[in-house]
Amino acid sequence: MLRRTFFRLMVVILAGCGLVASPANALVELNINKGNVEPLPIAVTDFLQGELGKKISDVVAADLKRSGLFAPIDRGAFIEKISNPDAAPRFEDWKVINAQALVTGRVTQEADGRLKAEFRLWDTFAGTQMTGQQFFTQPENWRRVAHIIADAIYERITGEKGYFDTRVVYVAESGPKTARKRQLAIMDQDGANPRALTNSNDLVLTPRFSPNRQEVTYMSFENNQPRVYLLQLETGQREVVGNFPGMTFSPRFSPDGQRVIMSLQQEGNANIYTMDLRSRTTTRLTSTAAIDTAPSYSPDGSQIAFESDRGGRQQIYVMGADGSGQRRISFGDGSYSTPVWSPRGDLIAFTKQSGGKFSIGVMKTDGSGERILTTGFHNEGPTWAPNGRVLMFFRQNAGAGGPQLYSIDLTGYNEQAVPTQGFASDPAWSPRLE
Amino acid sequence: MSRIDTPAAGRMQTIARNPVMIALVMTLAIAGCASKKNLPNNANELGLGGAGSATPGSQQDFTVNVGDRIFFDTDSTSIRADAQQTLDRQAQWLAKYPNYAVTVEGHADERGTREYNLALGARRAASTKDYLISRGVPANRLKTISYGKEKPVAVCDDISCWSQNRRAVTVLGGAGM
Repeated sequence: MLRRTFFRLMVVILAGCGLVASPANALVELNINKGNVEPLPIAVTDFLQGELGKKISDVVAADLKRSGLFAPIDRGAFIEKISNPDAAPRFEDWKVINAQALVTGRVTQEADGRLKAEFRLWDTFAGTQMTGQQFFTQPENWRRVAHIIADAIYERITGEKGYFDTRVVYVAESGPKTARKRQLAIMDQDGANPRALTNSNDLVLTPRFSPNRQEVTYMSFENNQPRVYLLQLETGQREVVGNFPGMTFSPRFSPDGQRVIMSLQQEGNANIYTMDLRSRTTTRLTSTAAIDTAPSYSPDGSQIAFESDRGGRQQIYVMGADGSGQRRISFGDGSYSTPVWSPRGDLIAFTKQSGGKFSIGVMKTDGSGERILTTGFHNEGPTWAPNGRVLMFFRQNAGAGGPQLYSIDLTGYNEQAVPTQGFASDPAWSPRLE
Repeated sequence: MSRIDTPAAGRMQTIARNPVMIALVMTLAIAGCASKKNLPNNANELGLGGAGSATPGSQQDFTVNVGDRIFFDTDSTSIRADAQQTLDRQAQWLAKYPNYAVTVEGHADERGTREYNLALGARRAASTKDYLISRGVPANRLKTISYGKEKPVAVCDDISCWSQNRRAVTVLGGAGM
C-alpha cells in the first residue's frame, strides 16, 4: 500500500555552467517571517519533453501558488522558449516579464524504464543558477517528483523546508447528516490520489499519523465498542490499542512513535493515559472528575498540551510528559480545545469557541500571544504542516450539508479550500516523507 | 401547541412496526413545536400513542408510550425535571419487564469540538444511567455508549435542532460498554 508509493530517490546536484550562486550573492529571497508577504513572481516553464514534463511543471507551479508565497507567471507571457534546460536562459527575456526566479527542467525515460527528472532554479536578476537537481524514480511516482522539486524551490528561496511532498489522513464523509457514513482516507496534501483506508460500516474519527508515517491511530466504533485503534498503512492490519475498561478516544502518537496517548472515559469523567506500544504498559497521567482530552505532545516529547473542563469550561492546560505540573495556559474569553503543538515547538494551535463562533488560532506555549487565524460558524481541529508554517482544519458553514478541509498560513493569510471528493473532516498532516 | 392528528389505529400499527418510522414521526412532531417551552419529549403527549397502538412490553410500547429519550441543556449533564418524569416512567416499565437489558446512548449537539462531545455524551449517558439506578433499575441491566455529536436526529443550524440533539436515548438491548 503506502510502501509501494515510496521509492528510491537518487538526488544529483546539477552544477550549472559555473553559475551556481552561493546564498550570499543570490538576489532572490523571501523573508516569510514578516507577516503578509508579497508573492514572488516566478516563471515555471514546461519541462521537456512532452506531456509528462508539462504535467510535472503544472504540479510544481500549483504547489508554489497554493503556498501563497509565489505567483507563477502565466506561460502565455513567456518570451524565451526553453529548448535546452542545461544552458543558461536569456535572463533579459525573463527580467522583462518580472520573473524573479525561473524554473526549467527535463523529464526522460531511462533504458531500465525509470524516469529521470531534472530541474534548475535560476535567479534571473543575478543571472545565476540557484540550485539544480535530478531524480530517478518509477514513472508512476511523477507527482511525488513534482512535489519534491517544489519543496526544493521553496526551501532554496525561503530558507525553510517545504511541505509539498506530504500526505493527509482525514475522515471522508458521505450521506445525510442523520445517517452519515465515515471512512478513513489518505491523500496527497494537494488533494490528489485520495484513497479509502477503511470501509464505511463503522463510525471512525480523529486519525493521526505516526512519526514514521507507516501507521495511523484513530478511533472506531467497530462492534459498537468505541476504542482507539492502530492501522498499519502498508498491510491494512488493524488492532485495538490497549485493553481499557471503557471508551478510549482522542489518540495521538508520542514524537518517538513508541507511545499512543489518549483519553479513557469512565462513567462521567475522562482522563489521559499513555500506552507503550512495545511493553503494552499503560500509564495514567491525569486524575480529575473532569473531561481531560485532546492530548498533544511537544515535539521534544517533554510536555503535553491537553484540554480540560476542570475549571468549568474547556481550557488548554500543559503538563510534563509524566503528568507533573499541570497548569492552565488559556485565559481568553470563551472556551479553548483541541490544542496541537507546533512541529517547531514554539506555538500551540487550538479551536476556540466564543460568541457563538468557532475559530482556529495559535498561542505561545505559555498561553501568551494569542492570534486568531480564522473565525466563522464552525472551524475545528487544526493540524500543522511539518514545517510549522501552514495549518489545515475543517469547516462547516451554516446551512452546509457537511464539513470541508481548509488550509491557512500561520500569518492568517492565504486561506485555501483543500479539494476532496465529498465532505471531509479531522485532517491530520503527515510528517515530511524523507 | 400545534396538534398532530392521531392516526387511525390500523395505520398506527403499521408505523409502529417500524421503529425508524416512529423516530421520524417523533422528530417531525418535536420540530414542529420547537418554539414552545417545555418541549414534549414523548409521543404520548403528542397524541401519537393511543392505547393498543403497540404491544405492551414491546420496543414500540417503550418508545411510544414511555418515551425513550430525554434532553439536556447546553453543556449540561443534569437531569431536568421533565426528563425525570420520562426516566421515572422508563424505570417503572423496566421493572415491569425485567427481561430487558438496556443501553443508554449519550449524544451532544454539534456546537462543540469532537473529542469533548464524545466525553460529554458519555457523561450524559452516565448521569441518565445513575438516575435509572436510583429509581431501582439494577446496574447490571444498564450499559452506556456515547456517540458525541456524530449522530444528530435534527438537522438545522439553530437551537431548535441543537436542543433535540443534546439527548440520552434508552435503547432496549443495544451494544454499549
